[in-house]
Amino acid sequence: MDIKSPSFKENSKIALHDANLQKALGNLKAGFPTKRAAAVARMPEFEELRDEGRDLKNHILENLDIYLEQFESKVVENGGHVHWCRTSDDARQTILDICQEVGAKTVTKGKSMVSEEINLNEYLEENGIEPVETDLGEYILQLRQDHPSHIIAPAIHLNLEDVSEAFHEHHNRPKSDDPAVLMQEAREMLRKKFVAADVGITGANFFVAETGSTIIVTNEGNGDLTQTLPKTHIVITSIEKVVPTLEDMTLFLRLLARSATGQEFTVYNTLSTGPRRPGDQDGPENFHVVLVDNGRSDMVGTELQDMLRCIRCSACMNHCPVYGAVGGHSYGWVYPGPMGSVLTPQMIGIENAGLLPNASTFCGKCESVCPVRIPLPKLMRHWRENEFEKHLSPAATRWGIKGWGFFAKRPTLYRQLAKTSNWFMRTMAGDKGKITKLPLAGGWTDWRDMPAPSGKTFMQQWKNGTRPVAEKQENAE
Amino acid sequence: MAEASRNPRVGLFVTCLVDMFRPQVGFATVKLLEQAGCTVEVPEAQTCCGQPAFNSGDRETTREIARQTIAAFDGFEYVVGPSGSCIGMLHYYPDLFEQNDPWHARAQDLKSRAHEITSFLVDVIGFEQIAASFNHKITYHDSCSGLRQLGVKQQPRKLLSNVDSLELEEMEEAETCCGFGGTFCVKYPDISNRMVSNKTEFAAATDADTLVGGDLGCLLNMAGKLKREGRNIEARHVVEILANMTQEPAIGEQAYDLGKPA
Repeated sequence: MDIKSPSFKENSKIALHDANLQKALGNLKAGFPTKRAAAVARMPEFEELRDEGRDLKNHILENLDIYLEQFESKVVENGGHVHWCRTSDDARQTILDICQEVGAKTVTKGKSMVSEEINLNEYLEENGIEPVETDLGEYILQLRQDHPSHIIAPAIHLNLEDVSEAFHEHHNRPKSDDPAVLMQEAREMLRKKFVAADVGITGANFFVAETGSTIIVTNEGNGDLTQTLPKTHIVITSIEKVVPTLEDMTLFLRLLARSATGQEFTVYNTLSTGPRRPGDQDGPENFHVVLVDNGRSDMVGTELQDMLRCIRCSACMNHCPVYGAVGGHSYGWVYPGPMGSVLTPQMIGIENAGLLPNASTFCGKCESVCPVRIPLPKLMRHWRENEFEKHLSPAATRWGIKGWGFFAKRPTLYRQLAKTSNWFMRTMAGDKGKITKLPLAGGWTDWRDMPAPSGKTFMQQWKNGTRPVAEKQENAE
Repeated sequence: MAEASRNPRVGLFVTCLVDMFRPQVGFATVKLLEQAGCTVEVPEAQTCCGQPAFNSGDRETTREIARQTIAAFDGFEYVVGPSGSCIGMLHYYPDLFEQNDPWHARAQDLKSRAHEITSFLVDVIGFEQIAASFNHKITYHDSCSGLRQLGVKQQPRKLLSNVDSLELEEMEEAETCCGFGGTFCVKYPDISNRMVSNKTEFAAATDADTLVGGDLGCLLNMAGKLKREGRNIEARHVVEILANMTQEPAIGEQAYDLGKPA
């Protein structure tokens, strides 16, 4: 996927004027925050569960190497293979090698953001292998040569008409705008692909050290067919998703479903533990787990370690007013919203992604709904500091802050500056009480008026001992 | 309720926006504190809480401003300000210094004494005898830092419920950010504009004629948008109402008796 994060501002401007996108984003609130709130309200111990989730994740991250090695030995014991991939390139090449080894022509794919992260589909296509997305949202996007704009509802930026159009064009069927008909169409098309696929690739929401299992949670069941029908099952996932035991996994399943879709439990929770055993009715003959690092291990032991707690529920973006205004594509890479604004700079470099951690009012809503209590605003601020230290912040910002800081550190001069600015704005406003165009503040006055100061500065009045308003009031009483 | 002396000596943290744009918010805060029995002083050495530098990634400048603020408010039993955002910033000060730095302990000490005004009145000193009247229907915007960092939600509502003739009608998404965000509103003006437009839309969907909040940054943003849209809703800081100081025009309204700007 091309990196478009450096043009975040242009992207978002276009997004704000895209009527179709805005219509689609309008569904976000009813689809996610409302349902989450209801699910949380039904579970009085939810806040304690969040604490447990945070603590357990912290424990895992402190012992990451131990659990990963335990997982590997269990997978091998079960007859599977684990591939350690430090970079995206390693991961892509590893998967291609496995596919070529079994002579694969088509692969079916369950939904996986890590596969987006490593640009897997393009790579397989370039090498003559056809990847078929089987998650309905991802399938729609693949037909449209589009990319996910959300980590669990990848096609949230589209409307019914867009889907209807895409299906009509690619399925060679009469155009329909009936969701049930469209769904049936997708099932028919995908059924053939499921049966024909040589390799099935899925992600993993978690993987379990004590058993060597991986798990995917889906609401469509497409993942089950992807991983059980082909002869080879490849799981692509990232190192921080390990959990010690099956019981630990259930804690995160409870947090995940409620935080993501407001469900008590996701419809399909499917565990894969090694290849088909003698006597098994079904299952793949080969089982591979591709563990992707891609910058994650560099976060361990730093302030960014907290980000590795993320269980990819999407609550942060579902509740983010910035995401809600501009949608996921504006962020210009794989992971959008607050979690993306922290992860993306790590993966594509702060020099490319600096606008993302700045695109937040620090309203704190994301942190308040995060199931594992990731301090997202704090981590976005970490990137701003990193940017500032590396002199990557725009010159206007740097000089603006330094210049303002010069005064803020000198109370007497600061008083003078406040007094002068106050006088200037009152003069600009005249008797109108507001300013409609203010030099150097076009970002403000293009869209809203600037209320004028209602009098001399507080400090001036206080020092003069006038306390005019207060005294007037006292007299009036 | 924390244990408080009967006439605590309180340092007023004015905040730069109140100083610059709406001095009566400072005076209203003083009046409320005095009604609650406090002795109020305004340290000369205060400027800004440092939030613009903090959120722009300039830690060094933030630290210097923090040290200045900590020193300015040494010795006061409490530090009170009419802003959840600026007081919230004071609460971040300990994070700026290493544990073994003496400034860390001083920052921690300031944090324990620093309160947003409505939360100070209700939670700390237990003063709720509001003597004010405001014959309007209002709606209340919960500013982010106050709400999510300091837990300011019921306190202003509790105090407003004691104001004669005042009626509160909650708007949809009262807790959603208004899009101000300090420098955010000028760095990302289009997104900020969308957010504040949503806010004024929700406010206008109520029968309220006054939009009230506890942070002047958000209020300037929302008042500016309401004015630009020509809506018939005024904006006021909550302390103006609580201190019964609403005879002055609302934020951004005309007809100030300014005299000559001097």
